[in-house]
Amino acid sequence: MGDPGTKDLLDLEGLRTSSGLTGRRHLLSLLVENRPGVLARIAGLFSRRGFNIDTLAVGPTEDPDISRVTLTVDGAVHPIDQVTKQLHKLVNVIKIRDMEPDTAVAREMALFRINAAAENRAEIIEFSQIFRAHIVDVSRRSITVEVTGTTEKIDSFERMVRPHGLIEMARTGEVAIARSRPES
Amino acid sequence: MRAADALCEALKAEGVKHVFGIPGGASLPLYDALYDADFEHVQVRHEQCAGHAAEGYAKASGRVGVAFATSGPGATNLVTAIADANMDSVPTVFITGQVRTDLIGTDGFQEADFTWITLPIVKHSFLVTDPTQIPDYIHKAFHIAKSGRPGPVLVDIPQDLSRAEIDYEPITGTPKLPGYQPTTEGNIKQVRLAAKAMANARRPVLYVGGGVINAGASEELRELAASDEFPVTCTLMGLGAFPAPHERWLGMLGMHGTRAANYAMDEADLIVAIGARFDDRITGKLSEFAPRAKFVHIDVDPAEISKNVPAHIPIVGDAKDVLPKLTGEYRALAPESSRLSEWWDRIEGWREQYPLTYEDSTDSEIKPQFMVEEMYRATNGEAIITSDVGQHQMWAAQYYHFDQPNRWLNSGGLGTMGFGLPAAIGAKVAMPDEQVVCLAGDGSLVMVCQEFATAAAHDLPVKVFLMNNGHFGMVRQWQELFWEERYKAVTMGASPDWSKLAEAFGWKGMRCDDKAALPDAMRTALDHEGPVLLDVVVTPNENCYPMIPAGAAARDMVG
Repeated sequence: MGDPGTKDLLDLEGLRTSSGLTGRRHLLSLLVENRPGVLARIAGLFSRRGFNIDTLAVGPTEDPDISRVTLTVDGAVHPIDQVTKQLHKLVNVIKIRDMEPDTAVAREMALFRINAAAENRAEIIEFSQIFRAHIVDVSRRSITVEVTGTTEKIDSFERMVRPHGLIEMARTGEVAIARSRPES
Repeated sequence: MRAADALCEALKAEGVKHVFGIPGGASLPLYDALYDADFEHVQVRHEQCAGHAAEGYAKASGRVGVAFATSGPGATNLVTAIADANMDSVPTVFITGQVRTDLIGTDGFQEADFTWITLPIVKHSFLVTDPTQIPDYIHKAFHIAKSGRPGPVLVDIPQDLSRAEIDYEPITGTPKLPGYQPTTEGNIKQVRLAAKAMANARRPVLYVGGGVINAGASEELRELAASDEFPVTCTLMGLGAFPAPHERWLGMLGMHGTRAANYAMDEADLIVAIGARFDDRITGKLSEFAPRAKFVHIDVDPAEISKNVPAHIPIVGDAKDVLPKLTGEYRALAPESSRLSEWWDRIEGWREQYPLTYEDSTDSEIKPQFMVEEMYRATNGEAIITSDVGQHQMWAAQYYHFDQPNRWLNSGGLGTMGFGLPAAIGAKVAMPDEQVVCLAGDGSLVMVCQEFATAAAHDLPVKVFLMNNGHFGMVRQWQELFWEERYKAVTMGASPDWSKLAEAFGWKGMRCDDKAALPDAMRTALDHEGPVLLDVVVTPNENCYPMIPAGAAARDMVG
């Protein structure tokens, strides 16, 4: 960039813009004021600007005045910096972090109610063990399983059990927290 | 102290001298407090006009405009003005009464969830849930409305809370808003980079928007422009930031801008956008906009940068801070101005080939462009001009050569017909010693003509010069040019006798349909002590040119 006042040339042709689309899924973690209407402002912003929210999770933080909103947005469809800049304009939004996969821990929880006739019951229990899932409810016809993990893990559990007859599924959407920096 | 009185104390502490509004049930406690307040309440005749008057007040003076309305329909009538203030970044605070807290959510009389209704069109809003919040919210509202990129802030106050008793302690200092810290100081490294790009540009253009006026940075812009032979063009909202009669002024750019300005953008190698947002009325077809240019984008709102056109050198900051730094850095580089001479030859060629012009009448007929030129002469170019939306607005932008900021008050982003008269009222309240002239359209004026009563009741000698062409002229023009002359709903038909209508409200009414008599008529109107409406009958079917057809590229201008 050179020092102030120096006349070194700057080639206009060499100037570049940063591309708007990143092509990957972004996990945004927002700290917001815990007060009525804040979620409506966020949801309203997304709908007004034509941005799609893939998942959304809202909950308290260690500070009762602050809530955390975790949402995922497809960076292949929406310019992520435009999304975050618009979110920053909301006065109730205090902080936004775009959680990079290698610097954050992200987890999702899901509940699956699966058809479990006698002949496939054992297989479902076996899947659950492999996935370190918990069986939280059982009836004669179905088993309800709680799975926690990355979105990919939950996606693959879904693929495994779907052929057995997935009666119902509820997913929380991801929540995330930054990893501690490695101690030097 | 009653919370409503604390609200007035907070307004007074914010330096409020005037507010605009209409009372109602839910705002009775607020109006009871206004009875004793130290500032003036201007009673308008429709809440929309309270909002536009507050906008006109703010745009003319740079101070925050304030409007009051009651709950339900009073509040919903403000919606257009709030949306307008949001689009044009006008520092405004809207204070509405809301039904009692025990009625909220019950579909009570005159209940509308106004905080919700206005969510997408405010910079921020506060719904009061505890009476002690009221003074704090007022200070926060003012701080948010006027700082960073200005805009409208709503404070919605349930009736029972405004009449509650609270302990009031005056609040001082900047309000604490953890999620609101606008960046006003431009990054010096980015500024240096921009200066270098400008020093290496051979075909630069300074593209200036309303942000420069909002920042009060017109002088700083003029300094930057004077640091070399930079061509300057302004958006509709930026007119007056740079003096129109100036050798380096290209004229307005965009849909009805000059060819010199639009062609210069088209061929530029570097465009320095300052407080402008690359609106579709500027860019035309986005994929063909300024195809050879690199962009420096200076804006106080980071979300504007790279929103429509990707910036090569983004600078987030207030123009008032960034421009002097940029001028300093640029001057230190001391580039040779001679590198721009070829570019100026090209621009001069366009200027000579395509001057802004029209075919004037040879008889008594008054051409609309002539009317604007005559207004310019009659006011010595020194009036505060407000306008409605449509052809007359574009002609004013083209032919009234604004050379100072805060003198051209119009609705740019939202394009609100009927803006002109209430904005003129607001401007006159703010600047009583200035000549304030509303250039009105006949389609627009009839939407707000009840406001003649406001000007009469408050002795506000505004002048309305009505460009009467008997049509929704701009829509008519589009139907003619792009919809095969299938004219639908564009003639005004039974228009009122305008001068009689104005007289019925206590104004002086005048009419002129003779070109030779127009200069005298305008001077008479301007010299009259009270408010005057001058109905000027102009050519009914004149089109506004030149023009970039919607969705076309700048180089495909017509007319």
